[in-house]
Amino acid sequence: MAPASSPQNSNNFKKGLTMNTATRVLLASAVIVALGACSKKVRETPDTTGGPTGPGTTTGGINDGIYGPEDLDTDACLRQRVVYFDFDQDTLRPEFQAQIACHAKYLRDRPGSRMTLEGNADERGTREYNLGLGERRGNAVSGAIQGSGGNGGQISVVSYGEERPVCSDSTEDCWARNRRVEIVYTVK
Amino acid sequence: MTSSRIAPGLLSRLLLTLALCVPALATAQVLDAGTVIGNESALPIVVVPMPYQGGGVPPETDVAQVISADLNRSGQFRSLPEASIVERPTRGNEIRYPTWQLLKQDFVVVGRVLDTGDGGYRVEYELYDVAKQERLLGLALSGRGKGMRDVAHQIADQIYEKILGVRGAFWTRIAYVTQSGVGPQSRYALMVADSDGVNPQAVTRSGEPLLSPAWSPDGKRIAYVSFERGNSTIYVQEIATGAREVVASFKGINGAPAFSPDGRRLAMTLSKGGNPEIYVMDLGSRALSQVTSHFGIDTEAVWTPDGHLVFTSDRAGKPQLYQVPAGGGDPTRISFGGDSNARASVSFDGKKIAAAQGSGNVYRISVLDRSYGGSGRWQTLSPGNLDESPSFAPNASMLIYAAKEGRRGVLWAVSADGRVRQRLVLADGDVREPAWSPYRQR
Repeated sequence: MAPASSPQNSNNFKKGLTMNTATRVLLASAVIVALGACSKKVRETPDTTGGPTGPGTTTGGINDGIYGPEDLDTDACLRQRVVYFDFDQDTLRPEFQAQIACHAKYLRDRPGSRMTLEGNADERGTREYNLGLGERRGNAVSGAIQGSGGNGGQISVVSYGEERPVCSDSTEDCWARNRRVEIVYTVK
Repeated sequence: MTSSRIAPGLLSRLLLTLALCVPALATAQVLDAGTVIGNESALPIVVVPMPYQGGGVPPETDVAQVISADLNRSGQFRSLPEASIVERPTRGNEIRYPTWQLLKQDFVVVGRVLDTGDGGYRVEYELYDVAKQERLLGLALSGRGKGMRDVAHQIADQIYEKILGVRGAFWTRIAYVTQSGVGPQSRYALMVADSDGVNPQAVTRSGEPLLSPAWSPDGKRIAYVSFERGNSTIYVQEIATGAREVVASFKGINGAPAFSPDGRRLAMTLSKGGNPEIYVMDLGSRALSQVTSHFGIDTEAVWTPDGHLVFTSDRAGKPQLYQVPAGGGDPTRISFGGDSNARASVSFDGKKIAAAQGSGNVYRISVLDRSYGGSGRWQTLSPGNLDESPSFAPNASMLIYAAKEGRRGVLWAVSADGRVRQRLVLADGDVREPAWSPYRQR
């Protein structure tokens, strides 16, 4: 049972934002200036297509288009926002790698976006231990997204342990559905 | 005449006991609310109904019934069911000993309820040893209206202590968490009730999860975890006034609060450093000292009487219990039974440690008796499958724990020897996270 392997980039929120911005300096300098306050503006117009960072924009290094907020509802990969885990494990299963990669790309494409990773556990084991387990799972997804190029400064992790089940039967099927990390975009 | 009336009562009681002793039947479908699973080796005692002999409105509380139920629930006593109480003396000189000898009763309690003159009630009661035909106690306690349950619990405590030499813990309270509704409509409440589950009062309510209530040693405050701020947060709340304060709201987990025996410090789990570790906070200065430092999950710290912390850690793989000086040091593993052990509750004398013990998918309440030396001896007290959150009564004679029946949580009280269990009838909906209070102060 490996511990959460990747370090939490807890203190480099601003630093990460700046670096991320620097790599995209070609995008639009106005965006850079407004980046600190960017989050609210983006959220106020979540359905706007073709905005300053919309799909029409091109940039070097990314060859398959840029994600926009609307893609969260339409893109088959981005719509996958739950990562499931094995019992008492926080190791990412290989089938979730594509999902991790597209959400990492979204964070790169939209430096003003923010996500919260909500870690959850099944009912087995004690509640406080499961708070720890849920956090580990959240950290594991956070680490994987960062490993795929996502910026840790855009990611928060919260653990609900076993307190937010999606079902309450004591069955393997239900337990499997509750052992999960939900990717929640707080700023699109 | 006497025997013909006794026999059906005894027979039905025996059958009931037999039926309920089969572990496979210990499910929601079979066990009625409040059913006691019996203990044939307990001391037989008869608490004769105590009639109201005043001139006004009788109290709502059936004092003798509350005393009888308390003693029965402890596992140390087996109180005679009211239907089998063939004679109803109210004073010592009315007791006919051959009757109770025939019924194989070791002790008889008689009494009556009188007016105090200022609107309250006075219970005068006497405890007799049947074999010696000797009075062991003769006392009077007064109370008013709804306080008569408190009076009854205190009488049960006095009887318990007189016979067993151990302070009774019936006049105590339990804290627990309820959940009603599902999904986003869920409502949570932190409740406090009498030790028998009666008189529930809400301490706090929330639309977000509540967990891990912990009593202060004086019984006046409760620490708990709430998600109402979006992340886990530790509050300390005064029960009488409802005044509360946030004591820990760091980044990451803020969980598992536990008051030190002197009430001045709070052990807790914080993951602000990136990983769940045990910390101790001085509640006066709010200064934190870190007790553990390990990449495993360290949580659920509780205090021993001699200033150690027992906590859960999965540093060796599965969750197990470890002990460490509260001031820090090298933790020592203390649990070596079952696949996993977590959520310790330590008895007042530090000799017994209860835990939720996991074996495969089955979680049961087990007690580690350390007085045997070495790594101690384990005894399983509950039938499973998902039993958790054991909490010792302040005299360690009983524990309360949470179990799951179907989709809902329920609470059970179990005697420390595992012989008597009783489901506590509380609210509808999900009930969990019980915590037994310290002794109450008169």
